[in-house]
Parts: sequence; C-alpha cells; structure tokens
Amino acid sequence: MKADHCEADHCQADRHTADRRTADPRGVLTGTHFIDGDHACCEGALAAGARFAAGYPITPSTEVVERFAARVPKVGGTFIQMEDELAASIALQGAVWGGAKAFTVTSGPGFSLMMEHIGYAVMTETPCVFVDVQRGGPSTGLPTLPAQADMMQARWGSHGDYEIIALCPNSPQECFDLTITAFNLAEEFRVPVMFMMDEVVGHMTEKVVIPPADEIEITPRRHTRKSVEDYLPYGTNGDGVPEMAHAGEGYNFHVTGLTHDERGYPNMTPPVQDKLVRRLQSKIRNAADRICLFEEEQLEGAEVVVVSYGITSRVAQRAIESAREKGLRVGKLRLITAWPFPEKKIRELAAKVKAFVVPELNLGQMVHEVQRAADGQAKTFAVSHAGGGVHKPEDILKVIVEASKCRIV
Amino acid sequence: MSDSLVTEITNAGNPVDAILRTDRMPHIWCPGCGIGTTVNSFARALIDSKIDLGSLALVSGIGCTGRVAGYVKLDSFHTTHGRAIPFATGLKLANPNLNVVVYSGDGDLSAIGGNHLIHAARRNIDLKVICVNNLIYAMTGGQTAPTTPGHSTTSTNPYGTFEPSFNLPHLVEAAGAVYVARWTTFHVRQLARSISEAFKKNGFSFIEVISPCPTLYQRRNKLGDALDTMKYYKEKSKIRNGSPTGEAGLTMTGEIIVGKFVDRDRPDYGTMMRAQYADALGDEYVEQDQREHDQTENDQAEMVCS
Repeated sequence: MKADHCEADHCQADRHTADRRTADPRGVLTGTHFIDGDHACCEGALAAGARFAAGYPITPSTEVVERFAARVPKVGGTFIQMEDELAASIALQGAVWGGAKAFTVTSGPGFSLMMEHIGYAVMTETPCVFVDVQRGGPSTGLPTLPAQADMMQARWGSHGDYEIIALCPNSPQECFDLTITAFNLAEEFRVPVMFMMDEVVGHMTEKVVIPPADEIEITPRRHTRKSVEDYLPYGTNGDGVPEMAHAGEGYNFHVTGLTHDERGYPNMTPPVQDKLVRRLQSKIRNAADRICLFEEEQLEGAEVVVVSYGITSRVAQRAIESAREKGLRVGKLRLITAWPFPEKKIRELAAKVKAFVVPELNLGQMVHEVQRAADGQAKTFAVSHAGGGVHKPEDILKVIVEASKCRIV
Repeated sequence: MSDSLVTEITNAGNPVDAILRTDRMPHIWCPGCGIGTTVNSFARALIDSKIDLGSLALVSGIGCTGRVAGYVKLDSFHTTHGRAIPFATGLKLANPNLNVVVYSGDGDLSAIGGNHLIHAARRNIDLKVICVNNLIYAMTGGQTAPTTPGHSTTSTNPYGTFEPSFNLPHLVEAAGAVYVARWTTFHVRQLARSISEAFKKNGFSFIEVISPCPTLYQRRNKLGDALDTMKYYKEKSKIRNGSPTGEAGLTMTGEIIVGKFVDRDRPDYGTMMRAQYADALGDEYVEQDQREHDQTENDQAEMVCS
C-alpha cells in the first residue's frame, strides 16, 4: 500500500490491503493444467493457504477432498474423513480456532446436514469455506447430475437472521481463482463463504492456469496483536469485524453459539441480541459493493438483460448470441457473487431495460431476487429447469424473444 | 459464625479461582446439582498436575454441562449440540500441541453426539472426555436420555422408561478408548486423580461422573434431595478398579460400580497418521509442526522487514 493513498477515513478499510500477502509457494502448483473443476477447486484451496479439510464422501464433490488428501501431507496439513457431514462441518471450525485455514466439501444432502454449523460459523465469526457441488434434489435426487437448486439454501438454510457470502464459478479456471477469493473473503469478513459449484462445472475438464505464488494475493487472518488485557474477542472498530485469537495463545477467550457480548460471554437479552445480529448482518451488507462480483457484456442500450450464473451462464451465452443475430438488443449479467445479492446493480439496470431473463437449473430461486430488486421497474422472466442436465439454448432464446416484446406498464 | 470470620473466608477466595471466570458467577446450575462439584475436581486436577493452562482448551456441547466452557478461565468453546467431539478433533489436529478436553453431558455425548463418541474412541484421537451423567436431559426439563435407567419417571416417559440404557464405559471401551473411569460426585478426590491420570495418557480418555439432578431426576423419581443422593452414592458405590465394564450397568437405586476400568496403550490418531505418511511419502512428507515453525519465522521476518 502506498502511504499517500491512505486518507484518514480509509485507514481502517485499508488495513487489510496493508496486510495482504502472497501465497505460500509450497501450496501453489504453478503451471498450465488440464483438470476438472473439482480438482481446480482443491488447488485453489491449497493456494489460498487451506491446510485442513474435513469431509464425508458425496458425489459429485468427492474429487476435491480426494485430491486434497493426496496433496496436503506434502505441504504440511491435514485431511480427515469424518463420520458424517455434521462432524465434518464442525471439525473444520475447530481447526480454524486452532490456527488453520479450513474448508469442507459436499453436495446437496450433505449440505443439508451442514446447515446448523453454517449458523455456528456465522455466530462465532469463524472464517471458513463450504464448497457445495450442486446436484439435483430434493433428497437423494440426482447424485451424478447437475442442478442449481441449493442457492436459497445457501442463503437461508440455517435458522435465524444472518448474512453469508456465496460465489458461483462457471469454469475450472474460476474454480481455482474464486476458491482463493472465497478464502480471502472469509478471512476479511470472518464469515463462512459458500462456494456454489454445480456438477457440470465440477466435472468439466478445461485448461487451468495457476500463476506463480507471488502473483496470488492472500488475505491473512485478522489475528489480534493486542495484549491479553486489552483484547476483546468480539469487540469491533469501524468495519464491524472483530480480531481473532487462536487457542493456545494465552488469551483464555470464550466462544459460544449463544448470543454474546463483546467479551464473548453469553448475554441473552434483547439489546445484546439486537446489537450482535445487526452487526453480523451489516458487516456484509455495508461491504456489498466490494463483495459483489459480476461479469457484464453489452448492457449499454440493452432492452433485455439475461441474468445467469454457474454452468447456466455458458448455455445462456449461446442464446444471447443467437438473439443478437436476430437483431435483439440483449445484455448479459453473469453473477459471480450470488450472496450478498447485487441488488444495486439490478436496480440500476431495471430503470433502463424492459426485462430480465433469468435461466437457472431450478424451478425459480435467484429469479425472485432479481424480481425483488427490479421492484416493478422491469419485467422478470424465469427460465426454469428441474435439473439433471442443462438448458437447451433455444429454450432460453424463446424467452428472450418473448421478453423483448413485452411492454413496461 | 462471626462477621470477621465470614470476611476472612470471603477474602481468601476459592482455591480454584485461578481456573474460573469469577466474573461470570453466579452460575446457572440448580442448588444440589453436581456439575459444579465436577468442575471443582477438574480445577484441582489442573492445579495438582501442573498442566500448562495456556495450552489447554476446553470444548463443550449443549446442555447443563455444556455450560462448563463458559465458566472456566481457559480457551473455551461452547459448540453445538452433540458436536463437541468433532470440533475438538479439528482443534487438536490443527494444533497438536494443545491439550484438548471435552466436557459435556450424557445426552449431548451419547445421544445426539453418540456417533462422534464411538468414532473418536475408534480413532483414538488424543482427547480427554469428561462426561457428566445426570441420567436425564436436564436443561430442557427432564426428558428420557439414552442413559436413563429402566423404570425411571421422566417428562417424556411419565409412566416409566422401558428402553434399555447405555452403559457408557462399556460402549467406549468397546470402541477403543485407552482410559475409562467412572466416579460419582461423592468421589471428588478420586475424580480429580482420574482426570490427572487422563492427562498423562496419549489417546482417547473417557471419565464418566454420575451426578445428581435433584430438580428433575431425583425429585420426579422420589429419590430425595441432593443430600440423600450423596448418601446413596456413598452407600451404594463399589470401587472396583479393573472391573469388566460389561458389569458396570446402572440401575435407578442399585449398586454403582466405580473406579478405573481401562488403562491401556495404543498409538493415538496423530502418531499413526504421522507414521503412515512418513512411511508412504518419505522425504516428501511435511509435518505440520515444521510448517508452523517456518510460518512463524516468516511472520517474524516480515515484521522485521516492515
């Protein structure tokens, strides 16, 4: 960080820029690879500094931890296969408090079992990553076939009010790049980050370029440098994210899933609940502009905008191009961050376009968010799919054509 | 008692204050509850065995005993219901230098957390588990637990229980624990000694402490108050070190077999893991401690640079 860029107001926000480091080269497999999304995700985790994973086998995600189990003893870390997903999703949090960067990997049925511990990570502000390689549901559903039907579960699956971050890669390269982003965001905001892959992206093999370690930026843990006397485990400054200590460092801190005060002590009163839960929410919402990543194309002058994410964005690309060949003015907005939802971006677009078309491998999830953010300024069209395959581009095209004919009331 | 004597005693404090978060007192436990007694024995064991408190972490689940984590002046984790053991497993693996204690209740550890209990014992992960067994789900109002003896009256078996109950020492021995003991809250010194012994073991250690819940178990089963329960523990407990755990089942009013039942050695999870990796990978194996050491050096180097 250059000192002349640090104005007083920004010092707090820039603290982490100042602390940014580059990846430990021992975890980085620099080079050009031909690997699938699951393997790329594993390499992203290793590059990000993950040295602990706990998992339980489940298709189509298991390749991530299989690779991790083979790689991690050579870089100084641990993989443990736990007895179930409940155990995996809390063992990783124990590891985080022991000083590791940690994650777990699963798919729908296992993701369902992990919900309680997503809430625990939110409440205790345990930085960690949950990878969900989505398959068709409900229940056992389609173990080997894709869906994008866990998007609302990722956002709302645990009880209570909270915010998480969720990212949606659409290629093996992004499985690598965005896994690193996921770990960085987890550390910056002390929040569990959901890495929402899908079966196709997980099993699709493409070129993945892994850069040299010194070109990979890593957000370190917000480890406290305060003295034992001065340290308040859940005390915060301007950005609402507390500093962390690890077990065994002499801080004698307490961590609980109960509503707690700045000391980390249980305090189950409405004022403390209000302060805590609002802070857990606002630390993410206030930074939404920075967290929300998206890819946009030809939005200027567009009448219809196709909003998609994950594998569906690649099918939608074909439909968008076909529509443009027909002379339609179609823009593309690909959500890379699904949560927090980029509602500001949608709201801005809604004032300018006639309609949004939202294809997704579910019967309508993120489309409701688009509709909410559009707030009646533009129409919203879902292109649903129950999962088990991907859309046919012509099915999306048909809705784009229909949407382009609509009139704004 | 004279006022001056009261002042003197108050000022002297409790000998185990150093282990307690005195700023969190009074605690939530009922009069006559045995959990505080077990904490006293635990604290004395820590003091007696001169354990490095800075490298000791305590992990609890949910329930009355789950609240122990909040009252000890240690790095302490009050986790989710049943999941203290897997949390502790991750903590121990990430930092093998920590001494990790799991302190929780019978319902938390053997019902909702039962799967984790047996697998941790099977793996022989180096955890010291203290299980306070009050024979009931107390926090929620006295429902039947897997440990509730037959024919007990509970809020969910108002006409008496009829399910067979778990004999926890037998269960964890079968699953692979290297140290298994049982005491009651009458046996405060023996309990402290067992906890000290467990700290010397390398592997999965399990100490069950039979403890009264006068509010919900003793009262509902007309077993008297806390003092009556102490008398029962005193009169009906039989110390049988080395007793076969299969013979240590509990009944509502019968004999309570207590003592150190199992004390054996086999390599713990971490030792086996390191040996296997070293054997399979040779020089390619990077031990975690080495990495941490390097990392610390890097951090220091960076701090010097900046």
